[in-house]
Amino acid sequence: MTRWFLILVSVATLTGCGYNDFQRLDEQTTSAWSEVLNQYQRRADLVPNIVATVKGEAAFEQETLTKVIEARAKATSIQVTPETLNNPQAFQKFQAAQGELGSALGRLIAVSEQYPSLKTNEGFRDLRVQLEGTENRVTVARNRYIQSVQAYNVLARSFPSNLTAMVFSYQPKPSFAVPNEATISTPPVVDFNKK
Amino acid sequence: MRPANGSACLIRLCAGLWLTLALMLSPAQAQQAVPSLTGHVIDQAATLDAAQLMQLENKLAAFEREAGTQIVLLLVPSTQPEDIASYANRVANSWKIGRKEVGDGLLLIVAKNDRKVRIEVAKTLEGAVPDLAARRVIDQTLTPHFRQGDFVGGLDAATEQLMAQIRGEALPVPGSPAVRALDSIGWQDLALLLFVAIPVLAGVARRVLGSGLGALATGTLVGAVALALTASLLIAILAGVGALLFALFSSFGTGRGTGIGYGLGGGGGGWGSGSGGGGGFSSGGGGDFGGGGASGDW
Repeated sequence: MTRWFLILVSVATLTGCGYNDFQRLDEQTTSAWSEVLNQYQRRADLVPNIVATVKGEAAFEQETLTKVIEARAKATSIQVTPETLNNPQAFQKFQAAQGELGSALGRLIAVSEQYPSLKTNEGFRDLRVQLEGTENRVTVARNRYIQSVQAYNVLARSFPSNLTAMVFSYQPKPSFAVPNEATISTPPVVDFNKK
Repeated sequence: MRPANGSACLIRLCAGLWLTLALMLSPAQAQQAVPSLTGHVIDQAATLDAAQLMQLENKLAAFEREAGTQIVLLLVPSTQPEDIASYANRVANSWKIGRKEVGDGLLLIVAKNDRKVRIEVAKTLEGAVPDLAARRVIDQTLTPHFRQGDFVGGLDAATEQLMAQIRGEALPVPGSPAVRALDSIGWQDLALLLFVAIPVLAGVARRVLGSGLGALATGTLVGAVALALTASLLIAILAGVGALLFALFSSFGTGRGTGIGYGLGGGGGGWGSGSGGGGGFSSGGGGDFGGGGASGDW
């Protein structure tokens, strides 16, 4: 009887330590990360079409165009594996490359405003809508990744589940850092009058 | 914040507390609140009169009965300081409009003073209403009407077009076997477990292991099953204790099953209703919005 009780207690405490929560949240971050990659891929796939359309425009600023092509080549050349998540350096590198592509594309769109024939080009307008939708999806996917990482990291650092994390050596996962997302994040509203 | 080694548990504890605190404080930036979902048409910008509102509401309610898809129109004065895209996504994901088992929801949001409009499309409908189609509805229907101040005309025509797009997609219709099967399967299994499997199990376990041990085994097993089903330790313990009491008391021939019924009944708390039928409007709770759709201004 006592032995059965002990087994019951140990099972209950094992789950109480958050072992199952770790598994669940780990899986959640992985799938959230896959969605981020998915949307980045979608953006990278759009770039050749955009470049081809813009190239048709005579005398389009070559420098802007070259930068987009280079940034895309760089972003897609980085191999991303599930281990990237547990390797902060690789994660930063990947993020930097994607951020570069994002800002290069942003500049391309801004420059394209100066070309009236591009603005009225049906194909280019459609591509812009698709690019905008993709950027929105990237934002949502990144937000979800950030949220799932937050939940995971809080679990990994708070007591008593941090003991479980120590025993099974679960490290806190990297999240998106601010310097890399200057292109996407909007500047925060600073209001000193508010408490 | 990040301790270099794992020796100081206290530091970790504090870090965890700070992180939690930071999490609790971070949404406290001045954002527009998510309006409560009162109907298919929510006008916070005082743009539509009662008759127009009723006409749009009836149309969208009829469409929900017909196709199952939940379309909601939201008119707000402004989404500042947030971008309309992120505001729309936040609202849509907190409402989760769209049937639970299908997830087909669509939110058309108008920020009147910002002169911005957005169609936010749930993932299920991204095939029926791709970004380009949403953009076309905005460019060709909404903004020309809105420029002339004809809000109801624009919304009426736009919902017609969106409904036509959605009708073209092969979504399960309300009341079809596929939808009903998905809806009820969990509860039938659970009821079977509750009222057939547990008494049988308790009887066998008591006979083999003796009264006390048998009851304990039953309780543990039920707790484990409840844990696997609901992934909540609290419910599992409740269910386990309930089953334990049931198995114990049923050996004296009293207390018929009230314990388990209560214990597992707790698992039903968070389950929303399926597709809203005839009467009041409620969100299906299935829509997942991944940022699809398009924005425009006028």
